[in-house]
Amino acid sequence: MEYLSLFIKSIFVDNMIFAYFLGMCSYLAVSKNVKTANGLGIAVVLVLAITVPVNYLLNRFVLQPGALSWLGPKFAAVDLSFLSYILFIAVIAAMVQIVEMIVEKYLPSLYSSLGIFLPLIAVNCAILGGSLFMQQREFGNILEAIVYALGSGTGWYLAIVTLAAIREKMAYSNVPAGLRGIGITFITVGLMGIAFMAFMGIAL
Amino acid sequence: MGKLRETILNPLFKNNPVTVLVLGICSSLAVTVEMKGALVMAISVTVVTGLSSLILSLIRKTIPNRVRIIVQLVVVALLVILVDQILRSFEATYAIDKQLSVYMGLIITNCIVMGRIEAFALGNKPLPALLDGLANGLGYGLILLSVAFFRELLGSGTLFGIPVLKALGYPGNGLVILPPMALIILGCIIWIQRSIDKDLQE
Repeated sequence: MEYLSLFIKSIFVDNMIFAYFLGMCSYLAVSKNVKTANGLGIAVVLVLAITVPVNYLLNRFVLQPGALSWLGPKFAAVDLSFLSYILFIAVIAAMVQIVEMIVEKYLPSLYSSLGIFLPLIAVNCAILGGSLFMQQREFGNILEAIVYALGSGTGWYLAIVTLAAIREKMAYSNVPAGLRGIGITFITVGLMGIAFMAFMGIAL
Repeated sequence: MGKLRETILNPLFKNNPVTVLVLGICSSLAVTVEMKGALVMAISVTVVTGLSSLILSLIRKTIPNRVRIIVQLVVVALLVILVDQILRSFEATYAIDKQLSVYMGLIITNCIVMGRIEAFALGNKPLPALLDGLANGLGYGLILLSVAFFRELLGSGTLFGIPVLKALGYPGNGLVILPPMALIILGCIIWIQRSIDKDLQE
């Protein structure tokens, strides 16, 4: 039950896009049509679900203050948390590369539909953001980290597909010249964000 | 000389990284509730973009093409760690660093940093690369500060924590402090910019 509420909460209440603006660049750049948005969304869910648990283990057994105590009592005072940015990003870049190779080998059709999105995901802030939030929230066990990663990935996926659908429809409307393209997209995302705020009061 | 001047002036308006190239949006929205946080963020990003462009331009001939993303990420991550540790070590900036929380770390994946390295620093000499990085950081900071100006002024009636509208009895507007308003204000800034410079319209 606890996990279910964490899952729902990370999809709607703590939505990566509308509450924290993570992964905005690719969110705006790749939401012109539903099909590509779908591909990127799936890639984000996949990569988040892999990198957050790996970084969780890294944080738990290497980075946290006192995390190295399993090496012996001498290491109990070591605090490596200042290294977390560089290790997290290294893990993410490596994982993305591995996922890319595995998908290319065993699921060629998925690989061709994800195309260039997979390598680009290494520099998507939603991925690094997921790991940094995981570190900040101090989850009790790895299962929570996995549920959190799946939930926030799904929230991101939902947001990009919705925006892509709206933008496809918006192609037919008469927008003022200066607002066309990116301007109106910003305002649309803002309005969607206000709508998503309705979830904020929900306590799960 | 004229070319260098363009390198510096272009990113401020005509080729602004935020409003025209649409890069680095994540942080420009999340840290704009107050001028103070926005200023610290703008300076940090400017330092990181400038220095990372300089460093990568210096070593550009030695990086194999296939692993360049990882090399870039490592250089940028090192610089961000340095900036973060420096901010943490002073009492005045410690609180702001805490308040910026994960967005400080997210400078690593800020598309402006990576974008400038990929698009400019890897193909140019160190001096233009440094200037290009700094100018893009400044262009980003300009937008950051203007969004923060409206959000702090209209949201809580203060500027840099000093009461301005609040002193006149303005009660504050909670909606402007909420995240979605940052998007709408940025949309309006883009609208104004594109009305002035018609070449940018789509």
